[in-house]
Amino acid sequence: MKPVLLATLVAATLVATPLAGQQRPTITPERLEQAVQSSWPGISPELRRRIEQDDTMRICSMTRNNPTQAQANDIMTRERGSIRLPANGQLMGDWRRGEQGALSGYGLRMGDNDPRRVNGGNCYACHALNPAEISFGTLGPPLTGYGKARGTSAEIQREVYEKIYNIQAWIACSNMPRFGANGILTPEQIADYVALLLHPESPVNR
Amino acid sequence: MKALAAAFVLAGLSLPIFAQSQTPPSDDEVERALERYREMISDPMSNPGFLAVDRGEQLWMERRGARNASLETCDLGRGPGVVQGAYAQLPRYFADADRVMDLEARLLWCMEHIQGLDLRPILQRRFSRPGIYSDLESLTFYVAHQSSGERFAMPLSHPKEIEANVLGEQLYYRRSAPFDFSCQTCHSQEGQRIRLQRLPHFDTPRDAQATMGSWPTFRVSQTAPRTMQHRIWDCMWQMRLPDVGYGSEVTIALISYLTHKARGGEIQVPSIKR
Repeated sequence: MKPVLLATLVAATLVATPLAGQQRPTITPERLEQAVQSSWPGISPELRRRIEQDDTMRICSMTRNNPTQAQANDIMTRERGSIRLPANGQLMGDWRRGEQGALSGYGLRMGDNDPRRVNGGNCYACHALNPAEISFGTLGPPLTGYGKARGTSAEIQREVYEKIYNIQAWIACSNMPRFGANGILTPEQIADYVALLLHPESPVNR
Repeated sequence: MKALAAAFVLAGLSLPIFAQSQTPPSDDEVERALERYREMISDPMSNPGFLAVDRGEQLWMERRGARNASLETCDLGRGPGVVQGAYAQLPRYFADADRVMDLEARLLWCMEHIQGLDLRPILQRRFSRPGIYSDLESLTFYVAHQSSGERFAMPLSHPKEIEANVLGEQLYYRRSAPFDFSCQTCHSQEGQRIRLQRLPHFDTPRDAQATMGSWPTFRVSQTAPRTMQHRIWDCMWQMRLPDVGYGSEVTIALISYLTHKARGGEIQVPSIKR
């Protein structure tokens, strides 16, 4: 265990809700992981990887998404290395397909086994986009009109592509999933979402 | 039941009342429309969850299993056979099992050790499906209902109770699975929504109490009675985790953490929800 991690863990334990008149025990990372392992008995090695954490998840969990600057820099550098571009080099695809995907929460849940269906980005779960769609969540910032102020330059296409592919290359411990890096969406699908956000004809910008 | 489902569909269809207007509705307008919808579905007289309470009562008294015993000697923490108020004081440590158990894990333990039931078929249908009852669900509804009107008073004195609670807190913030989600991802800010569904903020006692005090519930969108074990499983399913073990240490630790957040809150169950 790195000293920084241990210090963070102890600090996190101290600031937590005190139990009246009781000494709060320390849960070691090993104890935590043992509890996790024992709670998913008999799953396949592939599914077992889902309950285990990578270094980024571990730091973000221990710091409750408030990494130190040094930890944040480590995360952003590491996550930047994961980013892959579409084979055809086009970062802006079809906004219509992007809109369909943004509405879909399908994919990677237990039982999502239909080979004809593609995974959705489920953007509307957390973001407002097309103003005609009133069923939007509020966990993420509203993105209505996102492209109007930003245009479609190569730089902004690249930035938006990277943020969807792996937000943690830009914002360490963001709540948003790392859609490309974690294999939720393909590079080509991500280009469709870039178009949804930036294309002047996308309902997001009309 | 069919009428209820139809009512839900109608309510769902009439919900986008803003569709004609050119400007998007304000957050306040959306919230008011949602509140009206929530009121529409929360009429206790039409709550099918009470059918599960009645079925659970029959199961509680029925002699079953290899020992041909009822559950009437099952100790839910307030002494053998005491059902009244038991749910309000769970999860808790049980010396005979030497671990902390929530109501559902305890029912399972009594079914195995008092009745001698084979747990495999019971666990296979731990969550009901159309036409397939869940004994665990029905029993949970029956026992929890006997704490309706009482306030959460979960004991937190045995070292294992405290450990489960602290473990639950660590798990609440633990990110994993392809979406990198933890419980905190959705429940760390007040007044947030996924799509139109409002999310409880568990650091706000009022939110924690309203949520925990209304489970188990009849879920209209699933036309099924649902327990807190199902709620945790369902959250984890949405988080793209594999199926978590029913009554596993992780689920009980989280339920301990959330129930402690709701301490002092009134229990009114079964409720009815979306």
